[in-house]
Amino acid sequence: MAPFPVQLPTIFGHWGALLIYGVIGFAFGYVLEISGFGNSKKLAAQFYFKDLTVLKVMFGAIIVAMVLIFGATAVGLLDYNLLWVNPTYLWPGILGGLIMGFGFIVGGFCPGTSLVAMATGKLDGIFFVLGVLFGIFLFGETVDNFAIFWNSSYMGRFTLPELFGLPTGVVVLGVVLMALFMFWGAEKLEQKFGGADAKAAPRWRYFAAAAVALGGVVLIVLGQPTVEDRWTRLEPEKGQLLADRAVQIHPGELLSIIEDTSIKVIMLDVRDEVDYNIFHILDAQHIPLSEIDSKVADLHFEPANAVFVLMSNDETAATEAWKVLVAEAVPNVYILEGGINNWIATFGDDNLTKRFNAGAGNDELCYIFDSAIGDRYAASEPNPHAYELEFTPKVKLELKRGPTSGGCG
Amino acid sequence: MTTLTPTETKSSFGQTLKRVLTSRKEKAYINPYLGGILLGLVLFGAFFFTGNGLGASGGLNRILVYVEDLIAPGHTDRVPYLITMAGGSKNALDNWVVFMTFGTIIGGFVAGVLNGRFKVETNRGPQVPVKVRWVMAFIGGSLMGYGARMARGCTSGQALSGGAVLSVGSWAFMFAVFGGAYLLAYSLRKFWN
Repeated sequence: MAPFPVQLPTIFGHWGALLIYGVIGFAFGYVLEISGFGNSKKLAAQFYFKDLTVLKVMFGAIIVAMVLIFGATAVGLLDYNLLWVNPTYLWPGILGGLIMGFGFIVGGFCPGTSLVAMATGKLDGIFFVLGVLFGIFLFGETVDNFAIFWNSSYMGRFTLPELFGLPTGVVVLGVVLMALFMFWGAEKLEQKFGGADAKAAPRWRYFAAAAVALGGVVLIVLGQPTVEDRWTRLEPEKGQLLADRAVQIHPGELLSIIEDTSIKVIMLDVRDEVDYNIFHILDAQHIPLSEIDSKVADLHFEPANAVFVLMSNDETAATEAWKVLVAEAVPNVYILEGGINNWIATFGDDNLTKRFNAGAGNDELCYIFDSAIGDRYAASEPNPHAYELEFTPKVKLELKRGPTSGGCG
Repeated sequence: MTTLTPTETKSSFGQTLKRVLTSRKEKAYINPYLGGILLGLVLFGAFFFTGNGLGASGGLNRILVYVEDLIAPGHTDRVPYLITMAGGSKNALDNWVVFMTFGTIIGGFVAGVLNGRFKVETNRGPQVPVKVRWVMAFIGGSLMGYGARMARGCTSGQALSGGAVLSVGSWAFMFAVFGGAYLLAYSLRKFWN
């Protein structure tokens, strides 16, 4: 598994982790200040084409960070699944953005820069920060009136490579070239409206631009790791868990964790639709093996106490799905031991188990059903108190590494 | 033996403080491209080690909710939006983004002092009275705060962080911010020029 990001509280403790965030914040504030972001006049000049520092710093930061991030994921140092990618709520985001744009030109700051302005004694910064607090207060008090809109147009973790259907490297290079073009345009505008001297700009910026663009090209060549690549890297460690049968849980354990209110059990039935319709466990979601990778982003949004249990008729398809989810760094993934066949053998009444199909192949349903009534069998929802089953508990909640909230907390 | 009256102590302390904070010669801001590269490194470092990007408005949000929870704990327990941060025995400040926000303030302060830019002043357009600028800053801040919560992140948490990891929503948001500001910029040109 890619070693980064790390689970900070495990290594540094609760306060140590928070301290590290404080140090990152310090660097953030420091760089904002030395870039001139504590000065509202400099920020507002952006919108009169006199001084496009805002654009240069922001897009400069985005392309540098982006190339480094995807470089680190390409070589397997960093796991993109574990990074907080702001989920897309399209229209609330756009409307909020427009309101913020108005606020930017009226007030002369954005929230981060106003903190720096306040810290360096700028009174307009202090009034702005007070305004931000008031605006946030107002939002908290009014959001319930338009909660439907606020939660609308949700697209989950939706990225530009998915939107355009292009490889990540190509999108990265595209963004870099767009930014460089904007920098070129920004310098022209500054010369026209701000009277900037073209010769005063340092020559090293050409080398920096070339380096970032080259980084984009390298990313296209390297490509991002596929599920297979990720699994190959993990196989020595995680393959052992499969061989030791450390992740195949007994039907009795599944039943007991379903009843455990401190755990959120998410059952993923990876069989084909026919088998699913014939019989499935109550609350098991149907997601065919071929589509499991499209589910990964949603699974990462589940809370830290979520346990994922995969099931097929036996274990073959469930094991393949397990490899995909583990490769994609989904925590707490288990396989139903013996699959649905074993579940039926354990909890099915005589009526259900009487017609055994000895000729069923590997990972096929080995009972013959008269009707396809899904989860309306008694065995779909067994009474946990009616069975005394012996099993070795295997489910251990591991700490989630990826952040469950981010952006602005 | 001379005894200092309280006012004398205060003013001399105030003067010392002022001397310490503003003694350095004011330096120029760094080149914006260098600023971009440095900020990019900070942003990358944040993602690389923590999995989170940068944030600012979320920290202010939690500080505000913490105060609300002190004044009216019953209220924070009833409003769904506030419960997630400060419901029951939850401490709204016990969150990474709050510490990042404190760090940002200290970082900005240190940079300002070291570069001789710590100065109690109001930056404004030449035609705008100080008090009008303050009112504008407050109104602008209110819009920013409201918009940032609606968009689930501000320029740092959405545009910068989400932009670098290629979130579709963050890019749409970013263009909306610039669009909104340019839309209104012409009408407000007298305030800034």
